[in-house]
Amino acid sequence: MIEFFQVNKAYQLGKKSITALHTTDLQIPTGQIYGLIGHSGAGKSTLMRLINRLEEPSAGRIEVDGLDITQLDASGLRSFRRKVGMIFQHFNLLTSRSVADNVALPLRLAGELSKSEINKKVSDLLARVGLENHAKKYPAQLSGGEKQRVGIARALATDPSILLCDEATSALDPQTTGQVLELLAEINRDLGLTLVLITHEMDVVRRICDQVAVMDGGVIVEQGQVADVFLHPQHPTTKRFVYEAEQVNEDEQVQNLAEVEGRILRLTFQGQATYEPLLARVAYQTAIEFSIISGRIDRIQNAPYGQLTVAFKGEKLEEAMQMLAAAEVHLDVVRYEEGHHE
Amino acid sequence: MNNLLANVDWYEIWLASFETLMMLGGSLLFTVVLGLPLGVLLFLTGPKQMFDQKALYSVLSLITNILRSLPFIILLIVMIPFTVMITGTSLGVAGAIPPLVVGATPFFARLVETALREVDRGIIEATQAMGATTKQIIISALLPEARPGILAATTVTAITLVSYTAMAGVVGAGGLGDLAIRFGYQRFQTDVMVVTVVLLLVLVQLLQMVGDRLVVHYSRK
Repeated sequence: MIEFFQVNKAYQLGKKSITALHTTDLQIPTGQIYGLIGHSGAGKSTLMRLINRLEEPSAGRIEVDGLDITQLDASGLRSFRRKVGMIFQHFNLLTSRSVADNVALPLRLAGELSKSEINKKVSDLLARVGLENHAKKYPAQLSGGEKQRVGIARALATDPSILLCDEATSALDPQTTGQVLELLAEINRDLGLTLVLITHEMDVVRRICDQVAVMDGGVIVEQGQVADVFLHPQHPTTKRFVYEAEQVNEDEQVQNLAEVEGRILRLTFQGQATYEPLLARVAYQTAIEFSIISGRIDRIQNAPYGQLTVAFKGEKLEEAMQMLAAAEVHLDVVRYEEGHHE
Repeated sequence: MNNLLANVDWYEIWLASFETLMMLGGSLLFTVVLGLPLGVLLFLTGPKQMFDQKALYSVLSLITNILRSLPFIILLIVMIPFTVMITGTSLGVAGAIPPLVVGATPFFARLVETALREVDRGIIEATQAMGATTKQIIISALLPEARPGILAATTVTAITLVSYTAMAGVVGAGGLGDLAIRFGYQRFQTDVMVVTVVLLLVLVQLLQMVGDRLVVHYSRK
């Protein structure tokens, strides 16, 4: 468990003080994939770097598994850092060292294993990330995805319990992004590592995160289970991220809505309900008419969900809504029909 | 052929070449030994670096700048008492090495500082995140990553030192420069001048070639 108690970070820039992270309380449970999403300058990078004290907090206390890391001395901090792996957007591999030497570096620095033990471990790690045939190559000879795999193998070398991923897929193409995310999810599953993941793409959060915190201006504006935040975003920043991911053009949608009559509802299906012929059944039984204005069916982690914006017309509207609610469909009224009275 | 190079005493030339190489080798060795740590220190204490020490950096920076702005010919003369203190003589190869080192070290240190600044900050951050000590960061990450830049700096410094050794000839250091001045210039023996110039040119070419090869060999980018 990673816990922030009233943590705050301010920089001194000349005579001005700039707050990168306003006073924050945060809990990241062990074994979770925790996403931090925000635009650049939102404070997510600062928050992540406080966890391994690449940034020193200005105030507050940070505990990792009950250990107050803000109190660690230099040597305590160094051994703590070995338990926290980190991967980077631009990989940050040493260009002068081969793939195997890059992965071996944290072990050499720690100085606890013999040479043959290190070699054994390095080949195990390279096998885990699928690079066993690239050990002797230099980073410049690898593709972006391969470089990030080396980064992951290197981060795992000292058997960390936490892995910090700083925009780990932002420099990769969509296909490679998918592969790297799968690898990260696999590592989380197999090794029980806690992953803290910075991104500016909601899609990354949707695919692998358990929980997410949305950041804006050095503040966590919204946090919770990914499904809740993704399907029912509250804060404007969150909504923007979700719409971006769904490629919804808000202006266009408003225009579309103006052209349809009736009551407009947003229906959110999760789990099995996603595949049921619910709309047809409700329409048949209540004789309402419906037209789908927009919709999306996809997965959050591995759970299917569907979200439809639908216009309903008919006498038995309330009854239809009750039937949908009874089938565990989440309903939001986007717009009431003309002449509706609460 | 012999008529063309009538004044050339090949034994003298060989001796002078040997002296030049000795001066170059000795001074380059000491320059690297002293300049590399100085360059690392300049880098570490520089603005926004790992040991940002404004006062120390300013002092180091000022000293290197003063030494670098002093014309070498003046430094040679100013250094004479110190040189005698260190080596017992201000003449010959031994007398030339201290001023050469003092002249070249600040120059080399600055080049090393620049080469270190070229290292991606992300690599330093990654090494810090592994739990490395500062010493480990310097030895395992910074210096290997900056190696091509440091080799290029060493090449430039070596070539600068070749021209400095020629100047050192003026104050009795020996070497090809000395020969060129005493025979080629003062006795109007143009053939000696041509031979020494050609030899210096070959030496500089060789240094540049070897330096470039090493840089390419160690560049993995």
